[in-house]
Amino acid sequence: METAPNWEIVIGLEAHVQLDTRSKIFSGAATRYGAAPNSQACGVDIALPGVLPVLNRKAVECAIRFGLAVDARIAPVSVFARKNYFYPDLPKGYQISQYEAPVVVGGTVAIVVAEAEKSIRLVRAHLEEDAGKSVHEDLDALLPDRGSHALSGIDLNRAGTPLLEIVSEPDLASAAEAVAYAKALHSLVRWIGICDGNMQEGSFRVDANVSVRRAGTTTLGTRCEIKNLNSFRFLERAIRCEAARQIAIIEEGGHIVQETRLFDPGQDETRAMRSKEDAHDYRYFPDPDLLPLTIADDWIAAVARALPELPHAMQGRFQSDYGLSAYDAKVLTSSPDIARYFESTVAACGEPAASFAKPCANWIMGELSARLNRADSEAGEGFEVFPIRPAQLSRLVQRIQDGTLSSKLAKMVFDALWSGEADDVDLLIEQRGLRQVQGSDALAPLVDQVIAANAKSVAEYRAGKDKALNALVGQVMKATQGKADPQQVGALLRQRLEGD
Amino acid sequence: MPTDANASTTKRLERRDVTHVARLARLALSDAEADKALDELNAIFEMIAVMAAVDTSDVLPMSHAIEMSARLRDDVVTEPDQRDAHMALAPATAAGLYLVPRIIE
Amino acid sequence: MHGLTLHELGRALAERQISSMELTQRLLADIGRAAEPLNAFITVDPERALAAARAADQRRAMGDAAPLLGIPIAHKDIFCARGWRTTCGSRMLEGFVSPYDAGVVESCERAGLVLIGKTNMDEFAMGSSNETSFFGPVHNPWDPARVPGGSSGGSAAAVAARLVPAATGTDTGGSIRQPAALSGITGLKPTYGLVSRFGMIAFASSLDQAGPMATSAEDCALLLDAMAGFDPRDSTAIEYLPDGAANASGEQWRRYQRALAELAAVDRPLADVRIGLPEQYFGPGLSDDVRAAVDAAIDQLGRLGARTKSVSLPNSALSVPAYYVLAPAEASSNLSRFDGVRYGHRAAEYADLMEMYCRSRAEGFGAEVRRRILIGTYVLSHGYYDAYYVKAQKIRRLIADDFARAFRDVDVVLGPTAPSVAFPLAAKSADPVQMYLNDIFTIPANLAGLPALSLPCGFGEGGLPVGLQCVGPVFSEARLLAIAHRYQACTDWHRRMPPRPWM
Repeated sequence: METAPNWEIVIGLEAHVQLDTRSKIFSGAATRYGAAPNSQACGVDIALPGVLPVLNRKAVECAIRFGLAVDARIAPVSVFARKNYFYPDLPKGYQISQYEAPVVVGGTVAIVVAEAEKSIRLVRAHLEEDAGKSVHEDLDALLPDRGSHALSGIDLNRAGTPLLEIVSEPDLASAAEAVAYAKALHSLVRWIGICDGNMQEGSFRVDANVSVRRAGTTTLGTRCEIKNLNSFRFLERAIRCEAARQIAIIEEGGHIVQETRLFDPGQDETRAMRSKEDAHDYRYFPDPDLLPLTIADDWIAAVARALPELPHAMQGRFQSDYGLSAYDAKVLTSSPDIARYFESTVAACGEPAASFAKPCANWIMGELSARLNRADSEAGEGFEVFPIRPAQLSRLVQRIQDGTLSSKLAKMVFDALWSGEADDVDLLIEQRGLRQVQGSDALAPLVDQVIAANAKSVAEYRAGKDKALNALVGQVMKATQGKADPQQVGALLRQRLEGD
Repeated sequence: MPTDANASTTKRLERRDVTHVARLARLALSDAEADKALDELNAIFEMIAVMAAVDTSDVLPMSHAIEMSARLRDDVVTEPDQRDAHMALAPATAAGLYLVPRIIE
Repeated sequence: MHGLTLHELGRALAERQISSMELTQRLLADIGRAAEPLNAFITVDPERALAAARAADQRRAMGDAAPLLGIPIAHKDIFCARGWRTTCGSRMLEGFVSPYDAGVVESCERAGLVLIGKTNMDEFAMGSSNETSFFGPVHNPWDPARVPGGSSGGSAAAVAARLVPAATGTDTGGSIRQPAALSGITGLKPTYGLVSRFGMIAFASSLDQAGPMATSAEDCALLLDAMAGFDPRDSTAIEYLPDGAANASGEQWRRYQRALAELAAVDRPLADVRIGLPEQYFGPGLSDDVRAAVDAAIDQLGRLGARTKSVSLPNSALSVPAYYVLAPAEASSNLSRFDGVRYGHRAAEYADLMEMYCRSRAEGFGAEVRRRILIGTYVLSHGYYDAYYVKAQKIRRLIADDFARAFRDVDVVLGPTAPSVAFPLAAKSADPVQMYLNDIFTIPANLAGLPALSLPCGFGEGGLPVGLQCVGPVFSEARLLAIAHRYQACTDWHRRMPPRPWM
């Protein structure tokens, strides 16, 4: 069930994107993931008395890149503010973030749901620092004798990691749209090289603002914010169960309390977060330690020049240059890796590119993607570590196009390449004799033999039972050990049987 | 954005304002302390209240003593691991972690 | 050696009349004797001080001739110094030993100065009398029953009593100038951004500025040359001065010493100086003895060639209200890091995280700090931000604009530093508003980010020192020091010393 029929869901997402910098946003400590606890938390990160923040240029550049990629306005002046609240993973007692004057304003992200394109508007994107992490469960193992059930451990390695918080308008109308948007954003930030996209490591996390309203009404319902969804699956499930929860409350005559909630995947439910009780009063004010961030036009222009071709533009080019369908072009531009793989494969095929593009696309979107999905579930990674190189796939496609390989043989070659049994397509064809039996000279005697030996099927075919031909094709294929093109065999058979 | 329309709405604090603010600021306050703080704060805000009478409708707020833009640093790792020195300052640590009473999310 | 200045000590060391070790030992002994009667220091570390003195003597033996090499000074206990207990006058940091050096501590060390101790101060620099220190009040050397001023009261008293030739201070609303005035020494709050704030424990970040405190303008110039300088770790630090010169520190530079030297070569050095006298600084709040001393000083400057002129700073009266919104607001946020998690005081008993926070902070902070945190939290909280915080930011601009207008007609603005001479201990500590109003003349320069200097200009009631304040446009430190130096060349108020019964 997507929604109860007479209800509408309204969703806005806040994505927290960890920017791919070497050092933190306000300090010179490293941002590498997985270091020993607190070994990458310098004096600024642990908020020693007297320390001060200095802004990382690269983090700002990442924000500009993103703004350009979503066609937003880059604010010439933006301001860092302090968001004040107490939490052990927040060493200063405030988070440095942008509030009234963010660096990126507006912009849109296109998504495709049920083959229809929809444009999702962005409110803003702003720079801020990440908080540290609390460790609860592992502590029990670390401190078995210290009553550790009553303690939490704090690791501040992540504190100060640069984040770009990307806030959408409440333009999303279903969990599916929310996931499509989150995936599009995830793909985009990797595409423009500002985030590694690793969701397991928390590089890309999403908060969902969810409200419901009766179908046909226009006023927004009271919303709840579900925090820290670090997988697309959890995002989808969290929205579904939060919407169901809200609908049930309203249908029973209750009303929704605006609050921050946490998704519990084990219980498949959301629950209110106690730690966000002060959420209504963050006492934002401009950070006196940081002067306004000004971004000159020539900086923006320089960043724009260094920006890679964006997926939307590339999609259009794939359609016009390669004659691909909009759908194929969209899929092939879903990540920089797959796009690069596709273009390398087509280029290796030779001219005219357009004649090779479609078969290359089919192989990449079909066999290749299926295997990648099996190998790697979510992040869509893998094209760079994929066992078949573009040069190999292009040779495979060439051998199909020139008739050397039937589709069945091609599949065999593909399997051999994937498993690593073979490296060179042509060598494999030679060694295993995988050359397709083709041409009427080679096939005609076999066709004649099969016609002679299968009188029953021949009679049925002549009586108008078209399916009888399939049995005859099968016999010829068997005789060639599968090395013929079934379509060519069928045509020859038909020619013989009808010509008599 | 701030407007001057509500800039004149200064009022006396009440006891619950003091306890609310003390909680936001994570300061334990006994009843006696809260009573005393209420009187002191009201005296101070009475002194502050003269601001409300000033017309500042076309004045830009001034956040910094200098009119300058943020200076940016290069994205370079400059800080070595100083965990041991930092941990030595902390009231409670174990296994490289700072310890606090269990956090309930 | 008693009473020697930075300049004189520098010469004595250069001529090998005394070694840094001998000098440091002698001052350590003085500090020890004065510990009880003055309480000017929170931490004295003879071992570290003597090690630094030995190193300075070695540097000199190797041919180093830096002008401040081997001279002992004290840092206000707001500056983090590696290996030194750094308390900021608070129980919260009673046992905090800094793992790093502040920018000012580094540059003083580079100049060869020997850190002899950390001076007492109002807790987190919040106070005008040094009575809010967790480590007890400081006594004014001129009258132990009186306050030395605050928050840099320990530095002021130590310099006034000649326990050290100079000390560092910080000034958020007058914390260098007011104690300088009340203790009879010279102190300069530089232009915001001239001196690094890195490692200086923040009170109100947009107002805080470190500066020198010494017995004369000449010595302030010498110490400022060591302290000033661009620090990339402070985002609000100035890299270049308006004249294009780099904001560099150290003896290669000597911008301020040079300015005084150039002055000495001029016949009538103050002939070009236009002095503005703001009517608002001479109103009914000013006590008669202070007015008399300040008037006499203005006459003296007139005789030296300066022209005086009345100016108006119409929004002056609003500076205290605006300050007591902005400074507590910033402080409430700056002091949130003191939560008992990573360093500092943690309560002994608590049931949960909330209680740990609330008790640790209530126990670690004294009454004045808690009061300002409450004010600051309130003015930033939902529903009051515009009425208080934004309003105060706008008033701040009006005050800055007042000065900008005045500086079209005059070069400096002159007036009293404080409305009265040093007041008795406990006289104002029960009435926060009365205490706050003591900073009425000093706060405007912080709001506007301007340099301002206080120098001794006579004595008032009870034989207590009176301070004259000079405020200039941004980066006019050299001119302020020059005016003060010229005045001190023909007066001896700055050379008068309080009794030292402990000696």
